[in-house]
Amino acid sequence: MRNTLVPRRFKQVIDYEKCQRCKRCVMGCGFGALEFQGRVVPSEKNECVACHYCVNVCPEEAITIVENPLKFRPHDVWQPDIIMQATRQAETGGVLLSGMGNDRPWGVIWDHLCLDACQVTNPSIDPLREPMELRTFLGRKPDAVEVERGPNGELRAKTSIPPQLVLETPVIFAPMSFGSISLNAQKALAMAAKELGIYWSTGEGGLHRDLYPYADRAIVQCASGRFGVHEEYLKAGAAVEIKIGQGAKPGIGGHLPGRKVTTAIAETRGIPEGTDALSPAPHHDIYSIEDLRQLIWAIKEATEFRVPVSVKIAAVHNVAAIASGIVRAGADIIYIDGFRGGTGAAPTMIRNHLGIPIEVAVAAVDSRLRKQGIRNQCSIIAAGSIRNSADLAKAIALGADACAIATAALVALGCHLCQQCHTGNCSWGITTQRPELTRRLDPAWGAERVANLVRAWTEELKEILGALGVNALESLRGSRDRLRAVFLDEKTREVLDVKAAGE
Amino acid sequence: MKFVRRYDERDRGACGLIGWMNKKGRKMSGEAMIEAIANMNERGNGLGGGFAGYGIYPELAQYYCFHVMYGNERAKGLTEELLAARFDVVKYEEIPTRPHPAITDEPLLWRYFLSPKGVDARESEEDYVVRAVMDINAGIADAFVFSSGKNMGAFKAVGYPEDVGKFFCLERYEGYIWTAHARFPTNSQAWWGGAHPFCLLDFSVVHNGEISSYGINRRYLETFGYTCTLFTDTEVMVYLFDLLVRRHRLPIEVACEVVAAPFWKDIDAETDPERRQLRTALRQVYASAMVNGPFAIILGFGNGMLGLNDRIKLRPMVAAENGADLYISSEEAAIHVLCPEPERVWMPKAGQPVIGYLEEGVTSTGVAADLLPSGSEKS
Repeated sequence: MRNTLVPRRFKQVIDYEKCQRCKRCVMGCGFGALEFQGRVVPSEKNECVACHYCVNVCPEEAITIVENPLKFRPHDVWQPDIIMQATRQAETGGVLLSGMGNDRPWGVIWDHLCLDACQVTNPSIDPLREPMELRTFLGRKPDAVEVERGPNGELRAKTSIPPQLVLETPVIFAPMSFGSISLNAQKALAMAAKELGIYWSTGEGGLHRDLYPYADRAIVQCASGRFGVHEEYLKAGAAVEIKIGQGAKPGIGGHLPGRKVTTAIAETRGIPEGTDALSPAPHHDIYSIEDLRQLIWAIKEATEFRVPVSVKIAAVHNVAAIASGIVRAGADIIYIDGFRGGTGAAPTMIRNHLGIPIEVAVAAVDSRLRKQGIRNQCSIIAAGSIRNSADLAKAIALGADACAIATAALVALGCHLCQQCHTGNCSWGITTQRPELTRRLDPAWGAERVANLVRAWTEELKEILGALGVNALESLRGSRDRLRAVFLDEKTREVLDVKAAGE
Repeated sequence: MKFVRRYDERDRGACGLIGWMNKKGRKMSGEAMIEAIANMNERGNGLGGGFAGYGIYPELAQYYCFHVMYGNERAKGLTEELLAARFDVVKYEEIPTRPHPAITDEPLLWRYFLSPKGVDARESEEDYVVRAVMDINAGIADAFVFSSGKNMGAFKAVGYPEDVGKFFCLERYEGYIWTAHARFPTNSQAWWGGAHPFCLLDFSVVHNGEISSYGINRRYLETFGYTCTLFTDTEVMVYLFDLLVRRHRLPIEVACEVVAAPFWKDIDAETDPERRQLRTALRQVYASAMVNGPFAIILGFGNGMLGLNDRIKLRPMVAAENGADLYISSEEAAIHVLCPEPERVWMPKAGQPVIGYLEEGVTSTGVAADLLPSGSEKS
């Protein structure tokens, strides 16, 4: 007898004709949703989350996951999710938690933007035959290059360029801490970043000893909890990022439950084992822009001005003005995380309702910085639901220098978006610290898959550029006249500075 | 009335171009250029032709000469008010034309020789002049300054260039640099201001191609205060050279490395570390100034002339030399009209500039002396 009024959302259907009773599914399920009682049966007490791990490991293809056919009476306003949320809260009195990004049907602006292509008057370019350049630099650029003539008339640059991150393709792996994801998952991303000539990010959980060999490709984060932040850590990274906010939970800090704080995580973060790792909502030394400025410059001094400093913020209503302040405070990179961005754990209401979409945020920030003549003083990273190379190309056309991907990279590692990261039970060994689950994820296997994904996007991006008739990414970057909008209201088009299709 | 400003759509097209200069400053009548560009009649469709001549106003060489077209008397009145407030108008007159059956709907065409007044420490004299040009072109309906340099001028109209040249009585002008353009716009509507060359201060550009990076080039220029009013690719090319060469003081050949940037594979293979550093810095800082897509341009810059192709040469361009004469053209045949047997003819490679400088003393206008290569002659 189940002790809840919340109906099961998913059901495992076992084909007993095919099942050989090998129990791989029972052992594989991180959620304990299958039991063996003479034969494989769904657990009475634990629910299936549709992560599909059992489906994947069953050698006989004997398992199907179906949505529970027990339907609520249809109601457009009181949808099943909403009824179940209220029921659950009536039973627990607690804040609803979720993992991954906003799953509500807000609509996706990317899906209403069309990219241009060349016909007749300007030729398209074949990326298989012609060079196609994606190299991207993240960091502050001066307004101009001063050139001087040497003694023999040779030309040389008098201007020195501040430190830059050099990306061979305009993608980085978004910050996911050791804690929110397993060490093996982090290592897979680190290995892939190194192989691809891009960067991964530590998130706010510090840098595990085993990953120091990948630190030259790491953006090391300094968040409000200051977990794992020390001199060696700051100096090890290719860039330092101050995390102010996250798209999935703007205005609140991270929360790693004590049961996920293993010995290794405790050591890496510099906290006692088994204690909750709570990041304060604000940095307790940042209550205004001038405080941020002090921290930026303190970090620059601590790293001897050798690496760029990034500031990560959630896309919120006033994002353009905030970004402008951050640039003026000295940040070299601004990372903007849209409201569909993922998370290891966030209150569901916060995740689903706070912040604004990345499409409008990146457009608003790029426009504002241009208007103020300071666009060159920082690079923009856009994140929060970049699902494929088309989203990537559109984000760049709106003005992003590069995009960060997290969910897409986790999908490459096996993630099926069951949204249960906060439970720590990830059957795929990604968002869990349980050793019997994490050991499933072989970092070398994962790195190859993640690298494949990024390579595939890179090839597709080159195809898109070729169709656009340009052979360097910078000729698409911020070139909004290569975009047209379908089914977007006039005001949104105005904010995006994109014409309607047919205009 | 063909003097219609197009605000709705960007113009695109293919074209024919030719440029000539004599490094020693020997002058040639504009009439010869008419014959040369007429040779490439196939490359135009009668929707635009134009010329730029340098050294054509020797008596008034120290003054900025604005060539202005007006759609009506009201625009003229407003513009002249603005000019009188900001400049000493040394001389003004109608630009001489002769009626031509193929040239119709002509706007009012006037030229003004101007000396800036009231320039203060907040901006340079050139910036002051540029601001006046931008204010007229963006702010006064039906008025358009189509050239604004010293001792130079542009002549352009809707029509075939040979007719345009005759209409503007080019036989009356003698110059040491001439460029000419035959236009083939793909938009059916054409207007006088949309013909080439496009000019700002001493820079003039004739252009064949379409700038696929127009969107970002325009937005980049806007951050430096340029207003792109014409919705024509070529406009950004002129402003880019003005920004890079005049304001950022890059030598012409360095500006070419921004506009038609070398590929990373070549930069990475560069053995001279200083050279590699310069080229890397240029691509980092001027990423949004790279001009992508097919183009061939001829840029006049007061004391010289530049021919440049896009980075993979998607438009034709050929160059020739004969003594002190330098020729750049879309087609070799047109060069032979001016010079039957040049000493040297070559096809410049993608992104490789052809630059000719006037010898010292020919003119005091154009690119600052310290930006010129030592010896001041190069091609």
